[in-house]
Amino acid sequence: MSKVVLKLGDDVSTDIIYPGRFMATVLPSETPQYAFADLLDFNARLKQKEIQPLSVIVAGGNFGCGSSREQAASCLKGPEFIVIARDFARIFLQNSINLGLNTIICPDIEAEAGDELEISANQVVNLTQEKSFAITPLPRARQAIIDAGGLIAYTRERLMANK
Amino acid sequence: MGMTVVEKILARATDQPSVKAGDVVEPRVDLAMSHENGALVINQFQEIYQGTGLEAKVWDPDKIALIFDHRVPAEGAKTATNQKKVRTFAGAQGIHKFHDIRGDEGGICHQILPENGYVRPGQVVVGTDSHTTSHGALGAFAFGIGATEMASVWALGRILNVEVPTTIKVNVVGEFQPYVLAKDLILHLIGKISAQGANFKVIEFHGPAIRKLSTSGRLTICNMAVEAGATAGIVPADAETLRYLHEEAGVKEDVEILGPDADAVYDQVIELDASQLAPQIACPHTVDNVKSVQEVAGKVVNQIVIGSCTNGRLDDLQIVARILEGKKVARNVRMLVFPASARIYLQALKAGYLATLMEAGAVVMNSGCGPCLGVHQGALADGDVALATTNRNFKGRMGNPAAEVYLCSPAVAAASALTGKITDPRKGA
Ligand code: SF4
Repeated sequence: MSKVVLKLGDDVSTDIIYPGRFMATVLPSETPQYAFADLLDFNARLKQKEIQPLSVIVAGGNFGCGSSREQAASCLKGPEFIVIARDFARIFLQNSINLGLNTIICPDIEAEAGDELEISANQVVNLTQEKSFAITPLPRARQAIIDAGGLIAYTRERLMANK
Repeated sequence: MGMTVVEKILARATDQPSVKAGDVVEPRVDLAMSHENGALVINQFQEIYQGTGLEAKVWDPDKIALIFDHRVPAEGAKTATNQKKVRTFAGAQGIHKFHDIRGDEGGICHQILPENGYVRPGQVVVGTDSHTTSHGALGAFAFGIGATEMASVWALGRILNVEVPTTIKVNVVGEFQPYVLAKDLILHLIGKISAQGANFKVIEFHGPAIRKLSTSGRLTICNMAVEAGATAGIVPADAETLRYLHEEAGVKEDVEILGPDADAVYDQVIELDASQLAPQIACPHTVDNVKSVQEVAGKVVNQIVIGSCTNGRLDDLQIVARILEGKKVARNVRMLVFPASARIYLQALKAGYLATLMEAGAVVMNSGCGPCLGVHQGALADGDVALATTNRNFKGRMGNPAAEVYLCSPAVAAASALTGKITDPRKGA
């Protein structure tokens, strides 16, 4: 069971997820402190470690639009968020898959902050609202990267195979 | 069944007779660009090699470009140290397409690649920057990727798991009216199809108005294709592309051009008429919140920004200088100008444009990204309104979520600098 800790609308840009002024910080171990830095209350809760791993962020369409900055994915991967959106912007989705951030495409999702969700392979059940929503599976090619444990591991396998 | 330009490019880069939208391919990469975020790419690249017993060598140093632009000269120790890491890596790996902080050959990555002839029609170009779509202006398939994906490209020379995108064809007829520019066309298109209207798709530009557009104008429209969510924008190469490469980008050898098949399959066809366009403004806080200049005229602005990879080229500075010549920037406005590259800076200097701008009251800054991303120059105050020729107006862009950014063409920005309010350049400029 996972709890929704943040509910967002459409077109949430990478400038909201990870503001440009923190871009000199690049290492995945250091980026989580700046996640949603301008959502002051949320960022404070995150920094004080009040948010449990596997908590859920729910968003509308085009989540992660804008810059290719990978910090926007690594800052959410660190605290082990699950991001459920109606759909994602391309580069953000690919970065998330590459880094192993759990992103779920759920075109009809309805959930509010505080709702409890049960997430399985093909659906999200909102236990609070007693509704369920289908998950759109990722393309097979992308699933292969996830199965390998991310793009670093996947590339390493390929390198060794080419040797 | 015919192929779009991008399908043709991907067929070539994968040694197949044809590919079609939806196929998953692993194309060879012709050019792989990073900027300061190369520091993170290096980190991920070295991690790939950990425990393999292999030496961490890039697949082909001639196909990698590293350009410092986002925070130049460095605004702080952290950035300086990232830049040092990239500089050392470029030296050790023998990467020659490396543009350090220099007044002769530095500048914004999306200007450096075209002006040095690094990008050619038919290439597959990837960059760790979302506006890598710019390079579609030269008929390449160019798109943004993340740092880990770039590390994988550095190792393998291929990009893994690319789903061949579907393509939207945009056909533009008619002639642009005076003071209506390429920027107005792309803003209008984004407003029409929305910030997600082209998600995961390519926008292929056609029509007589595009054929007549200079490479500079094509760079502007392909640059902002990503603001409609597009994977890439592309203008199939033509005589203008060859002219640009041979006359401006110093390319000596013959260049092959590649167009779509007449029976290519498109996801959607959009017809636009350039002659019907008014100057456009993207209002806060999304790029698709587009209005005509008449609808927002009179809005008081505090900062005018001219520059960026979208509109910091010589023709942009020329039109601004023409509008400002012999006049003064309004007292309520700070006007910042940052040419897209050192080469353009020098050309504008020699042409006298920069003197005109400075005499009018503008501050001319070094070339680089500067105020565009609000990290180390030109940040806005709480409640400030900026009018910029850049490409993004997201909340927090230009360094302050409590400020507003409007986007426009260089002509609108220049006319507005004189009045201190959003002004239609067709009147009184
Ligand atoms: S000028 Fe702005 S949009 Fe262009 S590369 Fe630099 S930060 Fe990105």
